[in-house]
Amino acid sequence: MTSPLKTPDTDPPGWLERRLPVMSLLRRQYVAFPMPRNLNALWSFGAFLIVTMAFMIASGLFLAINYTPDITQAFTSVEAIDRQVPSGWFIRSLHMGGVTMLFACLYIHIGRSLWYGSYKAPRELLWLTGLGLMLMVMVTAFAGYVLPWGQMSYWGATVILNAVHAIPLIGQPLSELLLGGDTLGNVALHRLFVLHFTMAFAILGVIALHVAALHVVKSNNPSGVDPVNPSQTLPFHPYYTSRDGFALCLFLMVYAGLVFFLPDLLTLADNYIQANPLVTPRDIRPEWYFAPFYAILRAVPSRLGGLLLASGSLAVLFVLPWLDRSTIRPATRRPMVRLSLPLAFAAFILLGIAGMHAPTPAWLLASRVAIAWWFIHFLLVMPLASEREMSS
Amino acid sequence: MTQSETPPSSDCTRRRDLLATGTVVLGCAGACALAVPFVESLKNPAATSLSDRLLDVDLSSLAPGQDITVRWRDWPVFIQRRTPQMLAALQAPDHLATLRDADSKILQQPKDATNWHRSVRPEYGVLIGVCTHLGCVPSFEKPGSTPEAKGGYFCPCHGSHFDAAGRVARRAPAPCNLPVPPVTFLSDTKLRIGHSAGDPGFSMSDIQQI
Repeated sequence: MTSPLKTPDTDPPGWLERRLPVMSLLRRQYVAFPMPRNLNALWSFGAFLIVTMAFMIASGLFLAINYTPDITQAFTSVEAIDRQVPSGWFIRSLHMGGVTMLFACLYIHIGRSLWYGSYKAPRELLWLTGLGLMLMVMVTAFAGYVLPWGQMSYWGATVILNAVHAIPLIGQPLSELLLGGDTLGNVALHRLFVLHFTMAFAILGVIALHVAALHVVKSNNPSGVDPVNPSQTLPFHPYYTSRDGFALCLFLMVYAGLVFFLPDLLTLADNYIQANPLVTPRDIRPEWYFAPFYAILRAVPSRLGGLLLASGSLAVLFVLPWLDRSTIRPATRRPMVRLSLPLAFAAFILLGIAGMHAPTPAWLLASRVAIAWWFIHFLLVMPLASEREMSS
Repeated sequence: MTQSETPPSSDCTRRRDLLATGTVVLGCAGACALAVPFVESLKNPAATSLSDRLLDVDLSSLAPGQDITVRWRDWPVFIQRRTPQMLAALQAPDHLATLRDADSKILQQPKDATNWHRSVRPEYGVLIGVCTHLGCVPSFEKPGSTPEAKGGYFCPCHGSHFDAAGRVARRAPAPCNLPVPPVTFLSDTKLRIGHSAGDPGFSMSDIQQI
């Protein structure tokens, strides 16, 4: 009978390997891991997202050290971070710029999956965990935006919590759980702070699930045909590590440009006025990453209808793997989708622009056309296209 | 002549190793540089900003032999008004022999307080009430309250004795004299803590031990 521990314990790799095989796992998953040879630049956005998330968590922890979740001190503590805490302005700018980079990468990452059909079998769980991450990031971003307790924080949160309140059945108890009082006040601020903090780490956990699912089903590629033999793949290291590394350098340059040169580009002056429950600012505008959904809420002349369409615009993504039954993945090989999907992307961007403008009749009309096309694409074009492709 | 015609030589491998090592080293250097502002943010903001650092104290109600405590930058600051007996005791040669740093050689005070009474004016003493041993707040021993009490400070934590000028006794565990904050007399009874007219360049971060 031989012992499984027969080699001497003095051999370091063997010693660790027999107790916790992390090194061989890393080698298998991040060095020798087979990647399709033909990935394009759009496949680097997942790496960007992970790096941005790391920046968000690091800067968030250091902001939390100096932040006070109390309505009498929240605003002044954020001002103190900007003005008194050494390098505080940099850490806050990193956090605020990071939100923009995170959402930009998230939307591009999801757009790529839509264009190349990465949501299809066998990658449905990868798609669903990814959409789950998007929802979690949205909740976290909302909670985080309330924390500085400026005018936009306060009135943005008021509008969203009232929208939650308007959801039938669950809305009222849910908004009461968040608010913990009649109006937005100290209790709600403290809860949103804890929610923001907790969600950040919950997101890390779901990222782990998302990446684990990716390593089971492997990456999709622009051709939409999974590689069948080793000659069609390249090891992750050094090919994709160096490529992602180079792409990350470019990404970080954009991020640094936002942090150092344009820290106020995406913030509203009104949020540097302390929250005042008696006065609503004249010009309410959402953050750009929520603008498309805000435009939907405004364009529908019914409160419940607006909520249903805004949440429905995301819900169609969740059921997309079952709406689109075609086995052809990339839109480039699907004549109908190749025309319809870019229009859906354009509709999303148009809604975003409309959300940043005053609701004039022209913008409302544009929003309504865009909403209509979004739903037509997912609910009519996708099932029709897949039916035609499968029958031919 | 192309790369693919020749088998990868050791030269080529060495160049690639150099590039890989260089990338890792530069990446680590960048990460360290990025860590600097993060660590910096943990520093005391009071040490870098000038606001809220000046405290004016009215001394008109302070009687000789009395000691009051005010709060400046979250430190307790002792302000004492000395009697002629206390001043005489501070200069007694047999008392000086019991002190660790009788001449205030260790930088624990601004230049205008580097003297035998460790203050700007002999009749007023201003000290930061944080024991230089492990940071407890010493208590004032009113002169005459016990036979030995000459108006000094006693730290309850580990028994360090300081005289009325905050100079530490040789047999105490505390290593340094009590720190003296920068002060300026605005008038005979008005004291400003936080700025020293006699030593304008003085900063609390310069002192040896607090």
